[in-house]
Amino acid sequence: MYQYFYNLLGNEIAATLITAAVPLVNVLLVALIGVYLERKVSAHMQDRLGPMRTGWHGVFQTVADFIKMLQKEDAVSTEIDKKLYNIAPVLVFTGTFAAYAAIPFSSQLIGSEAEVGIFYVVAISSLVVAGILMAGWSSNNKYSLLGAMRSAAQIVSYEIPTAIVILSMVMLTGTLSLDKFSQMQTAYFWNWNIFGGAELGLVKFLLIPFMVVGFIIVFISTLAEVNRTPFDIPEAESELVAGYFTEYCGMKWAMFMLSEYGNMFAVSAIVTILFFGGYQSPVGYVGDLVGADWMIPLEQGFWFLAKGWFFIFVQMWLRWTLPRLRVDQLMSLCWKYLIPYAFVNLIIIGFISLI
Amino acid sequence: MDFYNIVFYLFALITVVSAAFVVTTKNVIHSAFFLLFTFFGVAGIYVLLGADFIAVVQIMVYVGGILILLLFGVMLTNKITDVEIRTGTIHLLPAAIGVGVFMGALIAVMVWTNWKSVPTEIPLTTTKTLGNLLITDYVLIFELLGILLLIALIGAASIARRDKE
Repeated sequence: MYQYFYNLLGNEIAATLITAAVPLVNVLLVALIGVYLERKVSAHMQDRLGPMRTGWHGVFQTVADFIKMLQKEDAVSTEIDKKLYNIAPVLVFTGTFAAYAAIPFSSQLIGSEAEVGIFYVVAISSLVVAGILMAGWSSNNKYSLLGAMRSAAQIVSYEIPTAIVILSMVMLTGTLSLDKFSQMQTAYFWNWNIFGGAELGLVKFLLIPFMVVGFIIVFISTLAEVNRTPFDIPEAESELVAGYFTEYCGMKWAMFMLSEYGNMFAVSAIVTILFFGGYQSPVGYVGDLVGADWMIPLEQGFWFLAKGWFFIFVQMWLRWTLPRLRVDQLMSLCWKYLIPYAFVNLIIIGFISLI
Repeated sequence: MDFYNIVFYLFALITVVSAAFVVTTKNVIHSAFFLLFTFFGVAGIYVLLGADFIAVVQIMVYVGGILILLLFGVMLTNKITDVEIRTGTIHLLPAAIGVGVFMGALIAVMVWTNWKSVPTEIPLTTTKTLGNLLITDYVLIFELLGILLLIALIGAASIARRDKE
């Protein structure tokens, strides 16, 4: 993709900008469709219909909402820390979007082929924590600050089990690059890491149960990192109004929403790449069958988005099924269960990969 | 000017300006947030030097760990809705002399040292090499650091533990 535009335009910067626009469009689409889907999924789970009036089954609801948001007055209270208050939404969104730089959408559409891929994604998401703290503090509101504190504590703690599971996967595959992760799990679903990776043998079958454990740990902890229910205590509506973005409205509020949905897709993508073959198709490629090579990257893009959306759906499903955890339950789940299990899993995977 | 030069000066500017704000801003919270940009600028310079792993570690440890800890510390130790956290300047003269001497020494070293510059190819990735070196040549230091961190961890846990009555 980058190479294509580079050949077309002959300019590094322009080619990079165009390539970078693709994930941005993706984030916008994820937010647009995600908000609609969330309403529909929640409605159907509660035996309601959800939005029905704007267009067929309300498909234009989020578009209408977006137009409303653009027109809103930017109401700013007087007792806030103006500078930080204005920077915070941008910072949060930057942290979210920066993670997309390393995510391979297909074998041809990779922002950065940096070797440190997964490590970079884990590191850069800490920017979101700083942004959330900034938002909560600068709002000069008790609820905002409490929400920000909870959120930061939660994200920082749940980074640990995620990092340990990622470490075990890195140990197994010997690479940090997200693209190589995807390439190694070749184009059939039994070659995915959740089914023990591409190499056939005793090791593959020994690995399966520990891969499943790893997947469950990483899924729970990434769910907590994006502040989704059952881990949404930072913005618990019934306790904290709206948590760290209580004081925001209009487009600044929309930035936080955009960031939340962007984060949801990003963590889905990470789970997909780690365990479910990344952009690889589960059943082989049509392009291979008919001998059209140009089709393969497109199909890979399709499968990647499909897997990403599937995990977003699972996140919504869990949100409307499970009640919220208490703060102490949240911390004890992380420190007393997930982290020890992740460590044991790490050691066992280490031993198995030595066989 | 080369594109990479522009990027370098951009990062250098971010680092220096935000570092200056860190020390001059009266508000501690503002200082802490300016520190965020300083750390990022430094990480950017690491990337330009081809040290990708170090750059990511810089963000991970300083932004993700130390800065968040710092913010938590400031926000929790003061009255939590109190904006009036101020820093002052004391002992201006001795501090200026000390900093001046130190800076002079650094600049002198920078100017008079006979730097060896060997044109080498920037490695594509440094992670594997770093890992190998850590576990072969520098294994003793690596293990010692591990023990140090473990001690810190146990110390933190024992301080936080509540004694049973």
